[in-house]
Parts: sequence; C-alpha cells; structure tokens
Amino acid sequence: MSGTGFDLRADLAKIAAKVPGSSRVLDVGCGEGDLMHVLQAEKGCDARGMEIDADAVAKAVSRGLSVIQGDANRDLADYPDGAFDVAILSQTLQTAQRPEWLLNQLLRVGREAFVSFPNFAYWRMRLSLLTGGRMPISRHLPGSWYETANIHHLTITDFRELLAQRGVAVSGNWFFANGREIGSVNANWRAEHAVFQLRR
Amino acid sequence: MAMTSAIQFRTLMLENPLPLDSGRELAGVEIAYETYGELAPDKSNAVLIFHALTGDQFVAGTNPVTQRNGWWERMVGPGKPIDTKRFHVICANVIGSCLGSTGPSSIGPDGAPYAMQFPVITIRDMVRAQMAMLDAMGIERLHALVGGSMGGMQALSCAANFPERTGRVLAIATTARHSAQNIAFHEMGRQAIMADPNWQDGDYYDGDAPAKGLAVARMAAHITYLSEEGLTEKFGRRLQDRPDGSKGAKSFGFDADFQVESYLRYQGLSFTDRFDANSYLYITRAMDYFDLAEEHGGLLADAFRGAKDTRFCLVSFDTDWLYTTADMREIVHALNAVAAPVSFVELSAPYGHDSFLLDVPALDRVVEGFLGR
Repeated sequence: MSGTGFDLRADLAKIAAKVPGSSRVLDVGCGEGDLMHVLQAEKGCDARGMEIDADAVAKAVSRGLSVIQGDANRDLADYPDGAFDVAILSQTLQTAQRPEWLLNQLLRVGREAFVSFPNFAYWRMRLSLLTGGRMPISRHLPGSWYETANIHHLTITDFRELLAQRGVAVSGNWFFANGREIGSVNANWRAEHAVFQLRR
Repeated sequence: MAMTSAIQFRTLMLENPLPLDSGRELAGVEIAYETYGELAPDKSNAVLIFHALTGDQFVAGTNPVTQRNGWWERMVGPGKPIDTKRFHVICANVIGSCLGSTGPSSIGPDGAPYAMQFPVITIRDMVRAQMAMLDAMGIERLHALVGGSMGGMQALSCAANFPERTGRVLAIATTARHSAQNIAFHEMGRQAIMADPNWQDGDYYDGDAPAKGLAVARMAAHITYLSEEGLTEKFGRRLQDRPDGSKGAKSFGFDADFQVESYLRYQGLSFTDRFDANSYLYITRAMDYFDLAEEHGGLLADAFRGAKDTRFCLVSFDTDWLYTTADMREIVHALNAVAAPVSFVELSAPYGHDSFLLDVPALDRVVEGFLGR
C-alpha cells in the first residue's frame, strides 16, 4: 500500500479530494486506515478512525494512525457534539442497525459528513432481480441474503428522500460505476455507488 | 529475601525528599533502575517502561535475582518491538518495592528497616519518584511511556500529572480506577500475610519472613491473572505425578493431587524467594487507592485536559477479567472528550490478564507501530 491517493477506492479518492486540508476528520469504519493515511500525509488532516475489526485496528495503529476499536452502531454516541470538522461513513450505512440514527450521529459529531453507499437501484441489480427473481449479488454487495452484513439496502432516490425529509442539506454528490466516476444524469439507474457530502 | 541482599543493584539517590500524596515526605530515596540501548545526543529517544505489581527493573537480559530472562524479554531488545537499537529504554523499580528501590525493607532513619513505619504510597508517588530520577538523568521529555497492569496505571498517571514530559502513552491491560472486586482480591492477599504468625506486625526482618501468608496472597492473585479458558487448557482436571515418578492419583487426602494445585503452590513458594511481604502490602495498597478521576475532581476527562498533545494507545485483552475492556473503554471515552489522539484495540488472547506478558503477536505489531519507526 503506497501513500498516494491513486490507490484508494474510487469513492474514497473522491472523499479524499473533497475533504478540506488541515481539518479534523473522523473516519467511521476506517478499515486499515487507507483513507486516513492519505488525509494525514497529503492534506495535513488530524484524522481519527473507528473500526469494529480488531485485526484491522491493529494494522491501522501499527501504521501510526489513531484508531479506536468500536461499533459505530453504539460508540459514536461517545463523541462530543461538533468534535470533528468532517465525519466520514464509507460503504457502511447499509450495514447499520439503525441507519437514520447513524446519519444523525455523523451530523452531530461532524460539522459536515461524507457518506458513500452502494446503490441497490443500479441497472445490473434491477436486471438481476427481474430476470433471476433472486436477491442480486454484485461486486459491491457480495454474499447471499442470509449471510450478508448489508441489512439495509437503499437506492440513491431513497437516500435523497430521507435527506429531504430530515432537512439535511446536500452540498455535493458524485456517482461511480465500474470503478470510474460518471455523470449525474439518471444516476439512480447508472450508478453502482454514490458519495454524498452533507450538512445539517 | 535472602537472595536479593547479595546483589548489587544499579541505583540513583534522589537529592531532595520526595513529597507524598499522604502529606508525608520520604527522604533519602534510592531508585534502582536499568537501561537498555543508547541515549541519543538530543535525549529524544528515551522510553520509560513501568513495571507491574511484582515486577522489577530487569525488563530484558538476565534477571540477577531469578537468573531467568527479564520479564519483557520478548518485547524489549535489539530488533524487538521496543527496539533498543533505536530507543533508550529505562525501567525503574517502584518505590515501596524490594528490588533495590527504597521500600519497607530498606533501612530507615533509625538504622532499622522501615517495616510498617514506611509511609503509605500511591501510584502518583511512584511516578513522582521516577520523574525525579529522570531529572537526575537530565531527561526532560520521554518519547514514550509504556506499561501493563500497574505499569499502565503509572503511565496514565504520568500523562495526567506530567503531560509536558509525555510524548506517547501505551497502556496495556490496565484501568483508571481499582474496582471493588480488585480491592477485595488485594485485601484477601493482605489478610493472608497479616494472618501469618511470622508477620509480627511487619517486624520480621530479623527472623523468618511470613512466607506462607505471602505465598497464599500470590496464589490468590495469580488466579486473577489467568483466564478460566487458559487454566482449563493448561491443566484441566489432570492429576499430578507423584514425586517418586509414579502416575498421579487421587490421594484421598490434601496433597496437591491436581496439576493446577501443584502449579499454584509452586507459584506461591517461588514468589516468596524474590519478594518482600511488606512490599506486597504497600504496593497493593497503592493500587487500591488508584482512582485517576478522583484525583482530578471526579471527572476522568479532567485528568487528561493537559494531555491533548500526548498520543495514547490502549490495549485490552478479551479474556482479561481483572482489568476489562469496559474499564479501558472508560479511559478511551475520557480521552475522546478532550480530543486527545487515542487508539484502542481489544486483542484476542487466551491467557487472561497475563496476556500482556505472553506470546501475542498482534500486541507486538501494535507496540512496534505505535512507538513509531
């Protein structure tokens, strides 16, 4: 793993590019800390992480990162209001026990939030469900329905509707398919996953 | 104690009397210590390791008292996670102990051992003594403080009370406060010592030491250092072979029929060769008094207000029921509240509290990574 942004997953690279330099960042579900590492090394951010998997935490700590082993579904509540400039939740919303609670927590501990998630309305998913009649399995949503960690599937349209209902402002959104950024036209059909930049 | 008296410890005499939390002060304090690795010319590479309750300054190499490896030989040395090719590692025997630093077995001002005239000390007093030692060494700021168990308490206390000297804190299998259960186990050990007729209100240095009481105290404590899973795996209900080599069998008496009994008896007895019973009383007392929040007005976060620039790494073990993951999460919350850079991980290891001393490769990686390259 090198320290450049080019090795990051497309959604993480977009977030890395958009996070303001020198900001205080919490990466929820940070894994081994790839994004944190880039934010610290290239943007001078003070990055903190939360990750549930002990091995991933140990690896992140051994890279010199500040990561707490914890469960976002519970432990985000322990951070003070506005503790961070930016809170990041990448590819984790759909695994949350209470996605709305988690979203509220993100916007409470961070002045703004970046959220990325796989879009269940991506055309391949629709096609797979339509023709196969079974829960789709894809690169971004691997695993059978009975063993997947992804328990709250959502679409881009669903997410927009929740944000509108809850008065959350969208200050940016970006869409990806096949590992590349695509335009926003018909994104709910065309995008495999999405990144949203949010403000309360 | 006979074994330690013949050994010449490396010591340093503190110039000034040491002020204590009790309001008393201790004059003529000697600190026994060991160092490993070279101190950099700018003195920036010092790592202070704090030892646990019955530990000592002999972290690595051969311990001259036991003739066995130092207690953290696996962690400290050239090319090891705490690499003595890069760091100047210092470890001092805590005051109140009996491995060369001033304690109840030391000679007091009246020419006799202090015994119970030794003042009751606290974890913070132990830390103060070591800061005074660093003053004498001319070391102002430490690259890192590292400690497990009571060593972790000292590391946290040092960060709270001397944040300007503390670059990083690595606290393993420890707590910010002794619980009722922790105190209860210690009290049982102390009562075992005091119930030994040889204890003589602490004035036993001319005669036989209260070895039986101390052995029982150690046996009880040792159980708390292990996990049920670890004990079951190591001993199960297996029977101990007889001294004459014959196969183990139930004696229908009270010999050490079970391997676990034999093991505990050995742990208890061998401990009395190297440790002073009065030191055990004083150090367990210091641990029981430890409550970092109480020292700082009742809110743990307030203890760390000055330590925002110190990096923390806390490690717990899933089978440690003495100082639990929940205990350590309280510390993490307090550090989060003051926005200190903190890492925390619960590692999986079968050995209970003692895991921090044993073969846990994930711990090695965390220690090495956290101390920095």
